[in-house]
Amino acid sequence: MTTHTLSVLVENKPGILARVAGLFARRGFNIDSLAVGETEHPEVSRMTIVVNAEDSPLEQVTKQLNKLVQVLKIVELDSTASVQRELLLVKVRAERPVRSQVLETVNLFRARVVDVSPDALTIEATGTSEKLDALLRDLEPFGIKEMVQSGVVAIGRGSRSITTGPALRAAS
Amino acid sequence: MTRPTPEVLAHRAHPTAPATGSTPADKTDKSEKAVDKKPELLTGAQVLVRSLEELGADVVFGIPGGAILPAYDPLFDSERVRHILVRHEQGAGHAATGYAQATGKVGVCMATSGPGATNLVTPIADAYMDSVAMVAITGQVASASIGTDAFQEADIAGITLPITKHNYLVKSGEELPRVLAEAFHLASTGRPGPVLVDIPKDVLQKQTTFKWPPTLDLPGYHPTLHPHGKQIREAARLIAAAKRPVLYVGGGVIKAQASEVLRKLAELTGAPVVTTLMARGAFPDSHPQHMGMPGMHGTVGAVYALQKSDLLITLGARFDDRVTGDLNTFAPNAQIIHADIDPAEIGKNRVADVPIVGDAKHVIEELIGAVTTEYAAGHKASITDWWATLDDIRGRYPLGYEEPSDGTLAPQYVIERIGKLVGPDAIYTAGVGQHQMWAAQFVQYEHPATWLNSGGLGTMGYAVPAAMGAKVGRPDKVVWAIDGDGCFQMTNQELATCALEGIPIKVAVINNGNLGMVRQWQTLFYDQRYSNTELGTHKHRIPDFVKLADALGCVGLRCETKQDVDATIEAAMKVTDQPVVIDFVVGKDAMVWPMVAAGTSNDEIMFARGVAPKFDKDDV
Repeated sequence: MTTHTLSVLVENKPGILARVAGLFARRGFNIDSLAVGETEHPEVSRMTIVVNAEDSPLEQVTKQLNKLVQVLKIVELDSTASVQRELLLVKVRAERPVRSQVLETVNLFRARVVDVSPDALTIEATGTSEKLDALLRDLEPFGIKEMVQSGVVAIGRGSRSITTGPALRAAS
Repeated sequence: MTRPTPEVLAHRAHPTAPATGSTPADKTDKSEKAVDKKPELLTGAQVLVRSLEELGADVVFGIPGGAILPAYDPLFDSERVRHILVRHEQGAGHAATGYAQATGKVGVCMATSGPGATNLVTPIADAYMDSVAMVAITGQVASASIGTDAFQEADIAGITLPITKHNYLVKSGEELPRVLAEAFHLASTGRPGPVLVDIPKDVLQKQTTFKWPPTLDLPGYHPTLHPHGKQIREAARLIAAAKRPVLYVGGGVIKAQASEVLRKLAELTGAPVVTTLMARGAFPDSHPQHMGMPGMHGTVGAVYALQKSDLLITLGARFDDRVTGDLNTFAPNAQIIHADIDPAEIGKNRVADVPIVGDAKHVIEELIGAVTTEYAAGHKASITDWWATLDDIRGRYPLGYEEPSDGTLAPQYVIERIGKLVGPDAIYTAGVGQHQMWAAQFVQYEHPATWLNSGGLGTMGYAVPAAMGAKVGRPDKVVWAIDGDGCFQMTNQELATCALEGIPIKVAVINNGNLGMVRQWQTLFYDQRYSNTELGTHKHRIPDFVKLADALGCVGLRCETKQDVDATIEAAMKVTDQPVVIDFVVGKDAMVWPMVAAGTSNDEIMFARGVAPKFDKDDV
């Protein structure tokens, strides 16, 4: 099984998330990560879906996705030809004696402290899954009190845009 | 007894044009008066009825209830939409399906919120599996009550998400015309399917503006109708080179109204044709190239042809498990040309060597051109040996049945005689089970859209309401429901609808006193332990179908012997102003043969119990 990142452009209408998520579930796919947001066209939303699947079932689920009336376009983003990022917020124990070590780790990963309390720091970091995993590994010894992660968002490298084309013009 | 006026029937008597290819907006654009119309102030309910009128929905099958009630008020006055009050929403749904399949138009059903809507779930799923153009309109609790577990509230849009081509929860009266026009367009174009429109009560009640035609807003919906030229040429090259080709024809050919061009392609190539359960009638049974139905209960010839083929020319079929048997051993030496309007069908079950996305009619037309070009270039492999083998197989293993040894009436005989006496111009519907398979086997179909059944979902109880819908859509046709005693007890209440609405269908109940197909499996695979398959319709004659028919306003007849079969069918045919029910009391031990047991290979087809066909000496 390989990891695939799909960018799915959909009409920004109620219920579309349920349609897409339901389709994955009933065709027997687990979604590793899913992120939804608006695009430069207000009537178009973009979902970034990461799934683990063999090529042939993935093709089938992509075709099924394409059949959803509100799905406008599906593009698989190759990890080497796209920029993929997720956001991490993590609350770490950071009492006086270790605080400087925590901050050193934060700096090493080019992360940021976004909230400070006497015994803990809340750190914001963006990056690939690998980078965030590494950051968490290094923070683990200090004690992670709470963490939250977004789904992956991804965009192709280069000047080409996937949000152009007749379908999208019609939608926006 | 109320009957529709002759005018009501007359305006539906014309055979209908294909629904594909033109949008409702296209049609009305041509009518100047529609374009010039100023917006009118109407209630949502009036907008609904007006939109249905504009969309050419001349019949709606339904039952009113609280949430949909506002719609029934203007419907009462409509001169263009005939509402047929059914007895159960499932009947409304299957009637809409039968209507759609018999006419090629969109079938419409209507129900109230909650239980009314959930009762439509089975026919919606049925229409989804068999790709039938259906629009289901449901009332919903008022917008402000949605999500509060209000009385008769059910999230029908959520429930039907996986079994509709698309569905809508309407938010305002203004969007109603567009939503309904989109629903009809989606249901009838591309791969047809059911579309549900859920309308909250307040949307039906509130005043809104009505302007026709609306503009469709479907930026993500572009069915591919015309196939890719390169794929067509590649397919033609394979067809010209194939030594053992088979035209594997599915229901898509009927949906695309492509029977005529299919015949041309078949005669051009000389290839054998098999028609799936959904495609019976797509190619005439009397045609010498027709090998019959493939699949679990297909002919030995059709199954053999697929298994030994070197090229399957698949047209509007989907490699269903009932056709392929064990997929790994299905047609092992065949290359696959797979043409379907739904790209997701291609490669779903069997990898296609030449995938073709397009409408079956366009695909076949273009194939005819490309194959002609190949032949003109001198490419044409001989298929004489292939036909010699196939003729030998079908000569040795024709469809047939044995007379029951206990002196009971053979169900196959009854169905065969109905087919012979009623003829190929009638429309036949069936429920699900043994009688359905026998009706697919022993009635000779010559024309498309004359055989309606529940192929994909396998819905018992389909026959009577589907026949009702077909008869409403095609009052000029004789419509026979061939039903089982199990199926008949699921939906026979619609005969009351038929009696009151002047829908004179014929119902042949093939009454073997049992859930016959289940019993057959118990005989074969469960050591003859007949757990819960005896219905008592023989032993106790409960219900008595003749009395039941009488109670439902129908003519009831009974036939228990071979000698009486023809006379009883003829008596039924003489009744033209009332529905007729015939209780054919048949033997319980008859079985459907041939048979490929579920999950086994097509190579293991049994011609009759304990009789495997001998292929070896003539294996290609």
